[in-house]
Parts: sequence; C-alpha cells; structure tokens
Amino acid sequence: MDLSDQALVEKIRAGDFQAFEALVNRYEGKVYRLAMRMLRNPEDAEDALQETFLQVYRGLKSFEGRSTFSTWLFRLATNVCLMKIRHRGTEPAQLLPLEEYLPRHEEGEHPQIQDWPDKPEEVLLNKESRQKMLEALERLPVEYRAVFILRDIEGFSSTEAGETLGISVAAVKSRLHRARLALRGMLSSYFEKMGS
Amino acid sequence: MKCKEILEKLSEYIDGELDPELCRDLERHMEDCHPCLLFVNTLKKTITLYKYASSEPLPKEVHLRLHDYLKKKCQDR
Repeated sequence: MDLSDQALVEKIRAGDFQAFEALVNRYEGKVYRLAMRMLRNPEDAEDALQETFLQVYRGLKSFEGRSTFSTWLFRLATNVCLMKIRHRGTEPAQLLPLEEYLPRHEEGEHPQIQDWPDKPEEVLLNKESRQKMLEALERLPVEYRAVFILRDIEGFSSTEAGETLGISVAAVKSRLHRARLALRGMLSSYFEKMGS
Repeated sequence: MKCKEILEKLSEYIDGELDPELCRDLERHMEDCHPCLLFVNTLKKTITLYKYASSEPLPKEVHLRLHDYLKKKCQDR
C-alpha cells in the first residue's frame, strides 16, 4: 500500500532517503508540467524541477504541516518558477485589455462569435494548435498564468491556489476569470477557422 | 440579465459556484441569446483543451537526471 505524503515526510525526517525518492516519484511529473507551462523552456523547467526538490529536501525540517505537503510543494515550485522569470527580465508580457476579448453584440454590432469545431480534443489538438495554446498562455502576465495553471490545469481548488500563491480566494477567482476570457479570446479566431 | 453581466459571472457559472437564482437567470438569457451561449461553450472548450493538452508525461531522461542530481546533492554532505 502507498504511504501517505505525511508518512513519507516522517520517514524522510528520520533519514530515509528512499522515502524521499518515493515522494519525488509521486510529484515530479506534476511539478515538471507546472514548470513547463510557467517557463515554456525544457531546460529552465528541468532546472526548476531540480531546484524545487532540493528545496523540499532541505526545507522538510521546517515544514510544519500547517498546509498539506502538496500545497507546500507547489508553493515552492511556483516561487522557483517566478524567480526564474524575474531573472530573465523579459516579463511581464502585456495583457491586452480584457475588453478586446469580449463579444460586442450588445452594442448594436453584428455578433462576431462563431462556434468552435465540435471535434474531440485529440483531433483539435494537433501540433499547431498546441503551439498556439502555449503561445497564448505565455502572453498572459505571470500572475494570471500561475492561477490558470494551478486551477484549470492542475485542478487545485481556489483555496489551495490562493495558499500556494499567497493571495486571497477572491483574487484567485478574479484572475482566473480574466485569464480564461483572455485565453478564449486569443484562441478564438484560430479555432473558428478550424471549424469553417 | 444583460450580456455584460452574464460575462462577469461566467466563471462562477462554469465552476458551479453561482447562486442558483442567478444561474437560472443566466440560463434563461442564453436560451434567447445565441452569442452568449456560444461564448460559454467556447469558454468551456478553452478550459477542456488546456486540461487535455497538458497531460504529457515526464521525459524519462529528465526523471533520471533529477534522481541523480538529488542523490548527489542530498547524500554527499
């Protein structure tokens, strides 16, 4: 039977390195995906992955268990990614005003919205569309990107995402909403064309 | 409910966090407003596509290098 995170943490504290490896195996895929989405560069993502787990190992003594292990881990991982982004000096990408992505059918203009093709995800997600989606994600300012990744890609609750990023639940919800609208807006012309 | 108000509530609606009464108002509005209906559908699709596109596995060599790195850094002290 798999041990709980907390049980593994106790073993690691008692000096069991195999328990640490088990914990790394459990979370390395998720942390790597988070880093890839945040950093969009395999080398940076791998660096962030290694740095995160090293920080986990060194920080376990001070991990007090006030949040769950996974929330603590993702907070470390997110901070490692944010530090890397700040060091790059190329951020923030400028988010176009939200209004750019909203439909204008209420102002008497002809509705411009078309449906996206009703095909299964594996058909819609060819190499080109994956690329478009990644580019759109990268155009989000990092604080919006981080919320979208944690909530909609990794499946965190708003409370967990808030704890991870050190912001309120209300801020998580507001950023998530804007991030979703912006991504939909950035992708709409591409997917509409796919359907026509 | 106006289209603009609908747009502000869409994430709460999609996440099932909208007050039931507002939820009914919103659904009634969408019965008559095709652009809003399409907007909700494409917003949902955006989320689904990102979820689906983000399930690639960790490359084996990245996994191996991580474990080597940690062994070296954590045990050689």
